[in-house]
Amino acid sequence: MSINFIYPEYEVVRNEKRCIKCRACERQCANEVHSYDQEFDCMEAQESQCVDCQRCVTLCPTNALKIVKTNNRYRENANWQQQTMEEIFRQADTGGVLLSSMGTPKDYPNYFDKILINASQVTNPPIDPLREPMESKVFLGKKLNKLEFDENDELLSEIPPQIELEMPIMFSAMSYGSISENAHKSLARAATELGICYNTGEGGLNQDLYQYGANTIVQVASGRFGVHRDYLNAGAAIEIKMGQGAKPGIGGHLPGKKIQEKVSRTRMIPVGVDAISPAPHHDIYSIEDLRQLIFSLKEATNYKKPVIVKIAAVHNVAAIASGIARSGADIISIDGFRGGTGAAPTRIRDNVGIPIELALAAVDQRLRDEKIRNDVSIVVGGSIRNSADVVKAIALGADAVYIGTAALLALGCHLCRTCHTGKCNWGIATQREDLVKRLNPDIGSRRLVNLVSAWNHEIMEMMGGMGINSIEALKGNRLMLRGIGMSAKELEIFGIAHAGE
Amino acid sequence: MLKKEGEIRIPSGCAISGIINKTGECSINGSSIVKSIAHMHDRSNGLGGGFAGYGIYPEYADQYAFHVFYEDMTAREETERYLDRYFEMVNLSRIPTRKHPRIKDEPQIWRYFVNPIFTLLQEEQEEIDEKQFIVETVFHINTFIKGAYIFSSGKNMGVFKAVGFPEDVGEFYRLEEYDAYSWTAHGRYPTNTPGWWGGAHPFALLDYSIVHNGEISSYDANRRFIEMFDYKCNLQTDTEVITYIIDYLNRKQGLNYENIAKIIAAPFWEEIKRMPEAEAKRITLFRNTFASLLITGPFSIILGFNGGFMALNDRLKLRSMVTGEKDNIVYIASEECAIRAICPDIENIWAPQGGEPIIVRVNR
Repeated sequence: MSINFIYPEYEVVRNEKRCIKCRACERQCANEVHSYDQEFDCMEAQESQCVDCQRCVTLCPTNALKIVKTNNRYRENANWQQQTMEEIFRQADTGGVLLSSMGTPKDYPNYFDKILINASQVTNPPIDPLREPMESKVFLGKKLNKLEFDENDELLSEIPPQIELEMPIMFSAMSYGSISENAHKSLARAATELGICYNTGEGGLNQDLYQYGANTIVQVASGRFGVHRDYLNAGAAIEIKMGQGAKPGIGGHLPGKKIQEKVSRTRMIPVGVDAISPAPHHDIYSIEDLRQLIFSLKEATNYKKPVIVKIAAVHNVAAIASGIARSGADIISIDGFRGGTGAAPTRIRDNVGIPIELALAAVDQRLRDEKIRNDVSIVVGGSIRNSADVVKAIALGADAVYIGTAALLALGCHLCRTCHTGKCNWGIATQREDLVKRLNPDIGSRRLVNLVSAWNHEIMEMMGGMGINSIEALKGNRLMLRGIGMSAKELEIFGIAHAGE
Repeated sequence: MLKKEGEIRIPSGCAISGIINKTGECSINGSSIVKSIAHMHDRSNGLGGGFAGYGIYPEYADQYAFHVFYEDMTAREETERYLDRYFEMVNLSRIPTRKHPRIKDEPQIWRYFVNPIFTLLQEEQEEIDEKQFIVETVFHINTFIKGAYIFSSGKNMGVFKAVGFPEDVGEFYRLEEYDAYSWTAHGRYPTNTPGWWGGAHPFALLDYSIVHNGEISSYDANRRFIEMFDYKCNLQTDTEVITYIIDYLNRKQGLNYENIAKIIAAPFWEEIKRMPEAEAKRITLFRNTFASLLITGPFSIILGFNGGFMALNDRLKLRSMVTGEKDNIVYIASEECAIRAICPDIENIWAPQGGEPIIVRVNR
């Protein structure tokens, strides 16, 4: 065997004075970092296995542990940095494609952080959400272009199929298989309590979760896993997944070891077999094919469910969105470059696609220029990190946002970014029973409800500050935004003025 | 350098007043409305005042009356050349004004009574909607002819506005020479303006005229939506966008004013929950379909139209507005003093709730 060139990235620092050798760390670590040496009566650490998931640190009853990034360094080189070199070592070792999980950690510009929100002073009053009504309810889907009345002035028109949300936030698609049953249960219960929706992802819908159908978006992806008539009719809407922000242009791969009995039944594939989603839908090679799938799904559900088409934010996203809006879709969901994933080739995750802020601004404006903005709603995801990001996204023109990573953080994820190993110590991105049961769905759903409710409060406070008392009046209200430290071109794309203007 | 309306968004506070004779008789002299708005002097800051009168041109009741500001002769020549091509001019003249010590820098102010020439129009376009054609003409001239601005374009009604306090503007335009069945008035308190006459209120399109007090927080959401329907918000003012919203809902969607009020000052979801089922369904459909036309932030408006007017507050009632009635005349104003100034023994004076429209139609 050749030499392992890679020095462990993290050091496990154990305060021996505090450690009581209870071995909790050993039991908690699925990566088998910690072990007990009986002969010397001490704890040891296999640091090369450590992914810095913080499980042992969090669970250590005496706070005896911390994980620190090693300060062992290769000779400094601005061009050939340590990570770049290690990736080469790794590929030279294995001959494989580098895999990563979750959104890109690279330091690309985050435009949400370059946008500031307005507030009222003097000429119009801020509104106090504690004392005045403040509305965050949204409807997603095609809007009517004209209302019809009969001769007695009674309305004949009906609201087309839409999703009604109590607040403009939904949990984005994470499949059963990529995340655990308890994670799905937490999301489903929280969505129900909050009056919003979660999204099954492409892995079908576990039979136990059909009861949450009214708050479920069922996804149809290129692998068509778990898609059947009852599934399509089980949810509040159907999402066709054409792409994902973390890996535009490629499919998905759920390793066989994650396909246990229940996942196999839900996905309708054999136990232990890799679940591979092709890069394209093999019945969609063009926009007119998409139209056929949209209407096939509408036929299958009696035209009662809105259809969402989810795409990754890529360079010509505005033109693509325009095509989708004209193809019968009711909602377009756009997943940005920084969006999360259970597994993606590192090079693609870190280099393909564009940030959601730019994609959103371009799509919203294009649909308005083409006078078809009313025909679709826009939902954006791909690193919505807090309520201010939500407010900015809606003011740029989104109808609602998807949150994935933030939801997982609420469940305990510490962004160690090793979901693809299937050994998630937090019971989220794993199918190992002993790990899954660490995530209690009662607690998980409570934490999700807390998170989204807190955001909703903050959204209302910010709206009130702007003198807006309904989220409809915030949507596309770009005058409420100013750029800071942006170039003229960037401001032009966002359709906003610079701070001070 | 200070920018004028259209180059920058200028918020402003204001005073509004309206009078209407429910019998439709043109019994209200222009001096009454001037007296009323003058009592709210402190709600204006001298940077804009204006009036809209309905029923003031009985001799030209069937012609569109265009009131136009010109900055120079070239603008007038170009505009008249354009109008000549598409309209029959029944009458044209300068609008009579008098010299006033506090009204300065007046542009040339012209008035045209015109009929569209349909034979020519029909050759150029297959199907013509007369009102749509008037709207397009106004947009064309205001957008493309430099120095020309049509600020009134309805039939048997007219807008008179200028930079100055409203009572001075009323004297300047000799409003005592006009009798109307309905008047609205506006005194403006902008926070920043170089004083462009076109930027004063009322803002009008066809026979709709709006006087507005407030600063709407939904402005850009409303603007970006309504611009999908071929409106151009050249002035970037609240009043302009509100006028287009009302034109869209009334003329293009065919909705009545009661329904329009439920869209732009929609009831809260909490209230909708308590409504009878049919009503809840109707309002929900309105809010759903026209979500982007909800207007938030403070406003009180009086929308004038041929045959009546509608007064409306934002749904939280963030601006004062009172109304009262006496002998078939209905009065509406930002402050009660403006009503008592012209009708000291006013009866039934009351403050409408937020989102509760006061719609008065004349019997004719």
